[in-house]
Amino acid sequence: MTVMEQRGAYRPTPPPAWQPRTDPAPLLPDALPHRVLGTEAAAQVDPGLLRRLYAELVCGRRYNAQATALTKQGRLAVYPSSTGQEACEVAAALVLEERDWLFPSYRDTLAAVARGLDPVQALTLLRGDWHTGYDPHEHRIAPLCTPLATQLPHAVGLAHAARLKGDDVVALALVGDGGTSEGDFHEALNFAAVWQAPVVFLVQNNGFAISVPLAKQTAAPSLAHKAVGYGMPGRLVDGNDAAAVHEVLSDAVRHARAGGGPTLVEAVTYRMEAHTNADDATRYRGDSEVETWRAHDPIALLEHELTERGLLDDDGIREAREAAETMAADLRARMNQDPVLDPMDLFAHVYAEPTPQLREQEAQLRAELAAEAEAETEGTAR
Amino acid sequence: MTTVALKPATMAQALTRGLRDAMAADPTVHVMGEDVGTLGGVFRVTDGLAKEFGEDRCTDTPLAEAGILGTAVGMAMYGLRPVVEMQFDAFAYPAFEQLISHVARMRNRTRGAMPLPITIRVPYGGGIGGVEHHSDSSEAYYMATPGLHVVTPATVADAYGLLRAAIASDDPVVFLEPKRLYWSKDSWNPDEPPAVEPIGRAVVRRPGRSATLITYGPSVPVCLEAAEAARAEGWDLEVVDLRSLVPFDDETVAASVRRTGRAVVVHEAGGYGGPGGEIAARVTERCFHHLEAPVLRVAGFDIPYPPPMLERHHLPGVDRILDAVGRLQWEADS
Repeated sequence: MTVMEQRGAYRPTPPPAWQPRTDPAPLLPDALPHRVLGTEAAAQVDPGLLRRLYAELVCGRRYNAQATALTKQGRLAVYPSSTGQEACEVAAALVLEERDWLFPSYRDTLAAVARGLDPVQALTLLRGDWHTGYDPHEHRIAPLCTPLATQLPHAVGLAHAARLKGDDVVALALVGDGGTSEGDFHEALNFAAVWQAPVVFLVQNNGFAISVPLAKQTAAPSLAHKAVGYGMPGRLVDGNDAAAVHEVLSDAVRHARAGGGPTLVEAVTYRMEAHTNADDATRYRGDSEVETWRAHDPIALLEHELTERGLLDDDGIREAREAAETMAADLRARMNQDPVLDPMDLFAHVYAEPTPQLREQEAQLRAELAAEAEAETEGTAR
Repeated sequence: MTTVALKPATMAQALTRGLRDAMAADPTVHVMGEDVGTLGGVFRVTDGLAKEFGEDRCTDTPLAEAGILGTAVGMAMYGLRPVVEMQFDAFAYPAFEQLISHVARMRNRTRGAMPLPITIRVPYGGGIGGVEHHSDSSEAYYMATPGLHVVTPATVADAYGLLRAAIASDDPVVFLEPKRLYWSKDSWNPDEPPAVEPIGRAVVRRPGRSATLITYGPSVPVCLEAAEAARAEGWDLEVVDLRSLVPFDDETVAASVRRTGRAVVVHEAGGYGGPGGEIAARVTERCFHHLEAPVLRVAGFDIPYPPPMLERHHLPGVDRILDAVGRLQWEADS
């Protein structure tokens, strides 16, 4: 008797893939972003950590302002400010141990500086005198990544390699809300979950991918929800609450270090400035929205908490601002010096050994430079 | 005197041996890709590696080429030497952003602080009756990207020798494996694998006096066959196997063309914007006064790779090469 000839319902045993799924609830983010400042939980946070976060936030805000000013003076080719997002940047740097790795994107200079990178070196890429400009191994900071989300699989691969070598290393990768739409975001999260790699993904959801708002970027209930599909926990945090970001990221880093695998953290924050100094944000968002977020400023939130609890007074505030001014003055002074560039550097690092073709081109440039120098000397002589 | 028993090996087996020897010699060498573990690769090139070295060193990855190459970047950052497999030429395209934006330029971006010793194995080219997206010759894309080495073996010995060199290189190497030569055979002493070949040197496969066929990869045996056939017409053809497209061995190529005075570039990739244009220009720049005729190209047509039943009309064959050689009698005709 064939299947077609059978009478009644034909219901063979379902294949194993039909087994009921496990409940994804433990992976799902909470309904509202996690908050610490202004709640009872704040009392549990180490006052030393809160003061450190405050000092770094004040310094970071000043850094953003100084770097933006430098673009107006032509000292920086471009600067994507992270004003409003400092809590994410600083917490990302502070939760890592020295042996851990940070994978920043182009907006994350502050995270690199908070991790200990020289403020001038952190601007090398944006200044235009060289690309990355620092040795990534020195501070365990991958090059600031300009293509979107492509640094995420690097973080996964590095964390995986470290674990294979038996090293106790965690990688923290930063990406924006727009970056979550890229294919590399998906592939990185999938690899991380399959390999149970010790990596933490921090999405700084600042509301816009240049001009495109989140609602046009994704239909997901939240970006943290995306974690569930990969089989990793998703966490939602108030990105302007430095203590909350630090706490959630610390949990995720601890979880990864203990062999628990990756976590996706979405920090809900806001980009107070335009995408870069070259962008006009008034074309795509209204003043009232910006003002709402200004009232939820990460520095104000932390300052309020600290002063309420008597952990910070006017002197402390002045001290933090003075330290920031000193940093800015030093940055200004050093950025105002013209960098000395060697044109022969163009060929120095394409391959370990230049190809014969590059050697020919190197000789050509050397001859051109010699001719230029000779013409200059003759000009001076006359 | 003892006689060494030579055993026949296929190019695929030589590649397996190359991977195996590299993994045995250096614990940082990791093989990764879709199907490379339990299955041993769809062409069996990674056969037995997972068993011998464990799944941590020969890893079946999720099916995602950008993810495979992207995670390999991170692994290389941490001191490993990943050898990734792209399974088929056209499957590598999703990984192009990682290849071009990161793999090729990480050394340069970081002023030499972060070299990426990654070998990217790409089975390429046609002639095996593959359906669409399984027969592309994508070497021009790789050649146009500074920071990558691009090599392709044509013999069983070179498959071993060049693969070992690629894995040992501190720079990323795109290692193009001619699919239709996977089953070509040669004999060697199994106790003594072939020598490791330095990247960047072409070799004269067949000396000749009347013209040079400049070729590489899957077209090398076709050119050798054409050279034999040309003897009947009184042509004594020299065949140069490039082996390495980046760096390019101008010296060997130019020396050959200066000897013969005539040259034809032969490859499967399309001619327009293809490797042959670059090679013809380089030869002309160096050998203009030695040339008796324009440098000609015999390439695949400028079409998306055709379906298998038509591919024999597309691939440069002996007749098309002989026809071009006939056209090299420039002086006599004009």
